[in-house]
Amino acid sequence: MSSHAAPRAARDATSPPGPVLAVDGLSVGYRTGHGTKTAVRNVSFELGPGQVLALVGESGSGKSTIGHAILGLLPVGGRVLSGAVRYQGRTISDLSGDRLRALRGRAISLIPQDPTVSLDPVRRVGPQVEDALRLHTSLDTEARRARVHELFELVGFHHVERRYRQFPHELSGGMRQRVLIAAAVAAEPDVIVADEPTSGLDATVQAQVLDLIDDLRRRSGTAVLLITHDLGVAADRSDLVGVLRDGRLAELAPTASFVRNPRDEYSRHLLDNVPSRLSFTRDRAGRAPSERPEEPAVEVTNLSKHYGGHTAVDDVSFTVPRGRTFSIVGESGSGKSTTARVLTGLTRPTAGQVSVLGTQLGALSTKAFRPLRRDVQIVFQNPYASFDPRFDVLSVVEEPLRSFQPAGSSRRHRRENRDRVAAALEAASLPASFLHRHPRELSGGQRQRVAIARALVLEPKVVVLDEPISALDVSVQAQILELLVTLQSELGLTYVFISHDLAVVRAISDRVAVMRRGRIVEQGDIAQVFERPASPYTAELLGAIAGRRLAHR
Amino acid sequence: MTATVGNPAPPAGAGETGRPAEAPRTRAIRVLLWSLRHWSVVVAGAILAVAVLWALVPGWFTHANPTAIGATDKLLPPSSAHWFGTDRLGRDQFTRVVYGARASLSGSVVAVLIGVTVGSVFGALAGWFGRWIDALVMRLIDVVLSIPGFLLAITIVVVLGYGIPQAAAAVGITSSAAFARLIRSEVLRAKTSQYVEAAVASGARSPTVLLRHVIPNSLGPTLSLVTIQFGVAIIWIASLSFLGLGAQPPSPEWGRLVADGRNFMASKPYLVVYPALTVAVVVLAGNHLARHFAERQKR
Repeated sequence: MSSHAAPRAARDATSPPGPVLAVDGLSVGYRTGHGTKTAVRNVSFELGPGQVLALVGESGSGKSTIGHAILGLLPVGGRVLSGAVRYQGRTISDLSGDRLRALRGRAISLIPQDPTVSLDPVRRVGPQVEDALRLHTSLDTEARRARVHELFELVGFHHVERRYRQFPHELSGGMRQRVLIAAAVAAEPDVIVADEPTSGLDATVQAQVLDLIDDLRRRSGTAVLLITHDLGVAADRSDLVGVLRDGRLAELAPTASFVRNPRDEYSRHLLDNVPSRLSFTRDRAGRAPSERPEEPAVEVTNLSKHYGGHTAVDDVSFTVPRGRTFSIVGESGSGKSTTARVLTGLTRPTAGQVSVLGTQLGALSTKAFRPLRRDVQIVFQNPYASFDPRFDVLSVVEEPLRSFQPAGSSRRHRRENRDRVAAALEAASLPASFLHRHPRELSGGQRQRVAIARALVLEPKVVVLDEPISALDVSVQAQILELLVTLQSELGLTYVFISHDLAVVRAISDRVAVMRRGRIVEQGDIAQVFERPASPYTAELLGAIAGRRLAHR
Repeated sequence: MTATVGNPAPPAGAGETGRPAEAPRTRAIRVLLWSLRHWSVVVAGAILAVAVLWALVPGWFTHANPTAIGATDKLLPPSSAHWFGTDRLGRDQFTRVVYGARASLSGSVVAVLIGVTVGSVFGALAGWFGRWIDALVMRLIDVVLSIPGFLLAITIVVVLGYGIPQAAAAVGITSSAAFARLIRSEVLRAKTSQYVEAAVASGARSPTVLLRHVIPNSLGPTLSLVTIQFGVAIIWIASLSFLGLGAQPPSPEWGRLVADGRNFMASKPYLVVYPALTVAVVVLAGNHLARHFAERQKR
């Protein structure tokens, strides 16, 4: 972990004075069917050597478009409408393709968003990094190879010889991102545009990758334009923060003063909705003692699940009291989603006992499980994928009702179902006018509300929430969390909440279990686990939470 | 943090649903522009429409009788009275082509229907149930696909007897294997999709999931194969008739007309050329439309 307090002023004496990169009144538009849609409006900022500017904003705010415009890599139909991008005082936004290509990689390079698709799957990773050297340096084959080995060491690889010869599919997501970082710094650029460099990576890996970028920046005085949706990352890793909204720069301020005292209202709204600043547990603390004899809603004893030779869940036990929120946190591959699937009867356990509302699941076939589904529902991470593409909102939410009505009686129940669907939508804070809209017309948050309405329409007792807010923007996340908490207190629901995000878990759970490689390494009351983690792994996870600067005002 | 649940932000695309009705004139202009840009699609559609009308109401296009023999008008070249000339029995060739559309087109429609139905049932069963049913169906499909298609069709016609319905059945059964394979893969894809999982998790019964989610979502991608197969079926039925296995004289059918004309190929080429061209043009038009729809679907 880098030191957050250290001043991040420019130190590189060799760079020329003045900003390395200046964006001046930049507007970018995309051609659409009827005209031009402006995605970025009149954005200006300057980036000095060794500085980190974080551009934050929600999806569609134009932050990635700015990054692409700087590199001259706007997608088809996009073009710079006005303004200029200057690199060391020279305007580069009107250069021809060839001249720009000479600059790209050597002067300004890109760390792309998705490491899983940004490497050529049929080439070894070493030569892919070497490409940058071949284009921008006069090194011979041997020297290039040696340099790639150096770069791989720089990004923290140990067996550089072996890594050089590996294919992208042999590397994990974090390692692929390191390869891409190696490629980005290969030609020693002055500016790196990092477009969401860690989205999709686990928290501990994210911390490592960001540390690495930080380290490279400090060593060579490279300026970094960090594009991110995560205010925590921005707060921890930048000198300047630029908040984008609808293509406009709402606020541009030094990070420290931005965190302490945001001037713009939208910035304040974003900051207030950061998970580490949310807490819904406080209001419920007083309720706990009054309901003492807690009967369990879900009891899991020695649960294991094997897929062939692979053990996804290994001897897991926990109990969820009625009306409470039990969270399972872990990084990808920790077995948390498999556990959720077992609870909802989508996967059958290999060994162990699972009891939901007093019914033993272990031996139940899919068919025998069906009556229990009335009381146990699930909300998926990606609501849109969990809706039949042909269905409107009414049909989506009505589905569970139809399932428990005799086949062929849908006509008789039409009016009643419609009313119940409308009531469920209302519970999820959606107007009844949404009944006949198609999910594709809705925003991400609205879709997740529809998914929640579907889960609630049968008035279940237990709801399993599998990463329900991971795909949403920060302020929408806060709304959905709030909705979940309200519904829980109104309907007495029991939640099993699956998440990779410790900040979110802390905001809404009563108890938490930390999973790693199929095992629960630690479980306990939320305060105990977060304040005094017993396991070093939990401590490591807690240390990797981005945005600790934000947690305390 | 406030205790009440905030109302969701107003939908971003509120205008999308409440788009004001377009003035009729601008709509007409837009249709015109679309037709100009996609003129080939318009032409293909028009050709198919004419062919279908030939099959439905041949009387609108010709007043002659397709089977009336004219002793004095044998083997006349194309003229204003006989657009495609006359055959060796003095029958008007254009009239026979028009009346032949019914046998050719209805035969291929039946063939495609049989192919899609049989293929869907087998493909859906294999994809949905998996295990030994899948293995059995797939091996059966392998057997069907391992025999050259046209040879198989001929064999089936020989077993069933000669005639257009038999030929259509033969072509349908032969093509069902390809449909079954496609439907199976689509069902497999839909089966593992998250909306099916969500339906199961929300308590839906298996038949409901299959009929409400899996099959409707699997049929869409097969639509372009259906339209392509329609053209293939026209060719195959015409080919079977050419070999004398389909339409029996004196009823007109496009393949049959080509067969009748082949004895005069050197001296009176128009007897072969016009019916053959008709088949080619209709099939090409069908394929062009199919490709247009397939591309639209991809978007």
